[in-house]
Amino acid sequence: MKAETDNNGKKYLFSKSLDTVFLAVNNVFKFIGLIFKEAFTAPFEWKEIINQCFNVGFKSLPLVSLTGFIIGIVFTKQSRPSLSTFGASSWLPSLISIAIIRALAPLVTALIAAGKVGSNIGAELGSMKVTEQIDAMEVSATNPFKYLVVTRVMATTFMMPVLVLYSGLVGMLGSFMNIHQNEQTSFAAFIKNAFSTISFLDINSSIFKAVCYGFTIGVAGCYQGYYAENGTQGVGKAANTAVVVAMFLIFIEEMIIVQFVNSIR
Amino acid sequence: MKNNDVTEKKSVISINNLKKSFGSLKVLDGVNLNIKLGENLAVLGKSGSGKSVLIKIISGLLKPDEGTVTVLGLEVDKISPVELRALRSKIGFSFQNSALYDSMTVRENLAFPLIRNKTNLSKTEIQHAIEEVLNEVGLPQTIDQMPSELSGGQRKRIGIARTLILKPEIMLYDEPTAGLDPITSSEINSLIKKVQAQYKTSSIIITHDLTCAKNTADNVAILVQGKFLKSGSFDEVFKSENEIARTFYEYNFINDK
Repeated sequence: MKAETDNNGKKYLFSKSLDTVFLAVNNVFKFIGLIFKEAFTAPFEWKEIINQCFNVGFKSLPLVSLTGFIIGIVFTKQSRPSLSTFGASSWLPSLISIAIIRALAPLVTALIAAGKVGSNIGAELGSMKVTEQIDAMEVSATNPFKYLVVTRVMATTFMMPVLVLYSGLVGMLGSFMNIHQNEQTSFAAFIKNAFSTISFLDINSSIFKAVCYGFTIGVAGCYQGYYAENGTQGVGKAANTAVVVAMFLIFIEEMIIVQFVNSIR
Repeated sequence: MKNNDVTEKKSVISINNLKKSFGSLKVLDGVNLNIKLGENLAVLGKSGSGKSVLIKIISGLLKPDEGTVTVLGLEVDKISPVELRALRSKIGFSFQNSALYDSMTVRENLAFPLIRNKTNLSKTEIQHAIEEVLNEVGLPQTIDQMPSELSGGQRKRIGIARTLILKPEIMLYDEPTAGLDPITSSEINSLIKKVQAQYKTSSIIITHDLTCAKNTADNVAILVQGKFLKSGSFDEVFKSENEIARTFYEYNFINDK
């Protein structure tokens, strides 16, 4: 491949666009490396980590509750006719629990969090960047990266498994209410049936997925916001790109993790 | 003596042949500058002439392409991040738009640098330091207000208070009176002089406002095309026949003519 040269005489290793992609990937890995370095270096911003956990976790509860509950009901209602055709509607709790715990709860919660939390982080940090608040932190001899980035990435990483487990439970509750209404199944029978097919691997893989998704949402939001430029337009772009990149990466991670978990199942 | 030198006396800030470009745009092209202990220097220049870039390089926010920038005996672009952080605790930077943390109250804004730089302070000492700087800038009543509830002048004062809380040796003011009415501008000018007298600071004041320069600075320098065109006391610079200095003067003091 012949190296490209632009109008200013600047040479590129491959081509301008390809070099830009490689440079961006390199910068993201540097960014992640710095997060790990700062996360394990004193002093620690415990108060801000707790504050961000509250923002990410507690403030997402209404949305996660609503979507989890609706998914539980809708998935149950959609699955019933097919199972009933084979006289297997008693398998509904097992089917629902597998679907919710293994796939729906982690994926749907992560996508909701990417939209809500990711855009919030991207816009907040982007706004701080373009109004020189991050520079102000830096010149006042503090470490804005540790205070703004590390705390948010830690919060999304810690809180996503909690939100996923919570979403799963609410989804199961929605499913139980629908099954109880139609099949008059008792709560004890529902729980026994639902958890008979769920293994520790299912729960652990869900938690692992949630950790990966949380980290991805935090990094995407912080990276886009921390390096935002071009005023208010840049803030909008940071928020938007944070969501798009996070969602894209979540689907890629889902595919990889599912392959991996299935190979060890 | 080099053409661009402001002074060659012993200094707290010393800049030698500073060059900075953004892409093909040369912003600073061989700037030399010395600021003496206790001196206030106003840097004047057209928009985009590199005035703000100059103080961002001094505070280590931007790296120079060429030249040396020595602040309090340390070369800013050569020192480690830990040394830079320690140096920054001695530099106060007042931003053009104040850059107050808009998710925090005034109290939290002021406590933020203090808690992280002086970790041995008790809550009472922190509270006392906050009240002290708020009294210095004349805004004790704003302590629990959010930045969005403050006027432009109040925001500027709180921005200055946030820098004063670390008791800096050097103050860098970026357009301290930009966008303010004449009365508030006059109050900010008085505050800059008060800070110089009370905290014994050396300062660089970036401004377009000649009234601000005249009232706050011991010396002024005009930055044109990346170099200091003219420097000296206010009268030396503006009583000269230099065309750019005359244009600045006549625009600002047109009513005096």
